Amino acid sequence: MIELAVKKALLSHQGQMMLDVKLSINKGEFIVIGGKSGAGKTSLLRMLAGLLTPDSGSIKVEGETWFDSNTNLKPQLRQLGFVFQDFALFPNMTVKQNLEYAFKKGRATNIIAELIEMMELGELSHRKPETLSGGQKQRVALARSLVQKPQILLLDEPLSALDPEIRAKLQNYLSQVHKEFNLTTIMVSHDITETIKLADSMVELEQGRVVRKGTPTELFGGSQLSGKFQFTGIVLSIEPQDFLNILSLVVGKEIVRVVIDETEAKKLSPGDKVIVASKAFNPIIKKL
Amino acid sequence: MNWQPIILTLELAAITTALLLLVSIPLANWLAYSKSKFKPIVEALVSMPLVLPPTVLGFYLLIAFSPNNAVGEWLEQTLGLKLIFSFEGLVFASMIYSLPFMVQPIQAGLSALPLNMKESSYVLGYSKLNTLFKVLLPNIKASLLSGIVLAFAHTIGEFGVVLMIGGNIPGVTKVASIAIYDEVESLNYSAANQYAIVLLLITFSILVTVYIINHKNKERHS
Repeated sequence: MIELAVKKALLSHQGQMMLDVKLSINKGEFIVIGGKSGAGKTSLLRMLAGLLTPDSGSIKVEGETWFDSNTNLKPQLRQLGFVFQDFALFPNMTVKQNLEYAFKKGRATNIIAELIEMMELGELSHRKPETLSGGQKQRVALARSLVQKPQILLLDEPLSALDPEIRAKLQNYLSQVHKEFNLTTIMVSHDITETIKLADSMVELEQGRVVRKGTPTELFGGSQLSGKFQFTGIVLSIEPQDFLNILSLVVGKEIVRVVIDETEAKKLSPGDKVIVASKAFNPIIKKL
Repeated sequence: MNWQPIILTLELAAITTALLLLVSIPLANWLAYSKSKFKPIVEALVSMPLVLPPTVLGFYLLIAFSPNNAVGEWLEQTLGLKLIFSFEGLVFASMIYSLPFMVQPIQAGLSALPLNMKESSYVLGYSKLNTLFKVLLPNIKASLLSGIVLAFAHTIGEFGVVLMIGGNIPGVTKVASIAIYDEVESLNYSAANQYAIVLLLITFSILVTVYIINHKNKERHS
């Protein structure tokens, strides 16, 4: 159980902002922190890791105080793994040396070999980080954060720099390690599919405050809709045709055209995010 | 030709560079990451030798270390150190004189490293000192090399400070640059030329070596 109540004045792109967040996270939970950039998501992770000091408040993990008005546990002493957005691998060490750097005496000795196998890093183990692709670097960073078998894993938009296929593969790794290592995982992410796929719960930050909280389907599902199929898409264009309007959307990697009426069309403009839903009474289904 | 001034010059440069490296790493580390309000003052002090005439520096060191003054007297009586007209004094003055050439590349190298690099080492349980030696310094080898070479070459090239504080004692403070001046004053142009050529060749080959290494590094990274 992580209990966190922190306040800190931050300087964001939009100027001064007060981060004021109260959260309690259950052991074993996979929680995603969402929200626009500059909302304070990364700062929140950094405070948990001890890399940023809150102005006031407290952080308690499994009953142990990590931060309050008298205590401020050093990052070195907080038992957690942290995967940074830019991977933060050490360029002077090979993949294996990066993992060995994280190794502490007295821990299970085969953990490095285990992680190398699990993350399929065997062929890369003698290469330097600069020769790896983004996805490979991310696997190394994830493996390195797990060498010390932390109970808490913090992920700062770990997949945002990767292309969709590698992203999907890494999501599987994340889901696998979350279960196998009995982790409490806190991940910053913008991606809806990722959140729905991985998270047990999510919170959305806006201007340093929690504005929404719940399970991903509650938050993204638009439960007021009755449709059985629903996708999120981005509006590409709206073309009026007679008394109808043709709306072009990007859904995933596909471009879809749908018909909408004029009053709906007026509310939309290219670039808008929309939910497309359809009742499931007559779908075309074909086995692949 | 008397090689003694050349050897003395190289000895001075080597000792100065080694001691300077020890002093500059913590100083550059502090300058790279500190948010102290005194930082601009320290930065200015470190860079002073770049703009001051060496004679100004030499003059004040001479005054400060003179046994007639409190500092000089204290140094001589408690530590047994005589810093004027001695080799130790030359080393000390050279360290101050070449300080910016060592500190600035290391500071720039450290500042250019991504912040996450040291933070991820902290999260993995490593102290600041261990992180500095195991992660940060190994990743700024090129900056360390340019600091070392520039400080070494710059010490070889110093003249004004040495003349002010060291004088011209053969085997003790008579380095090559002083020897050249000395020979020219006694109209001994061919001897002056010999020293000058040797200095020219040494400094040129040091700089060429560094540029070759730097280019090789760049190629390896691209």
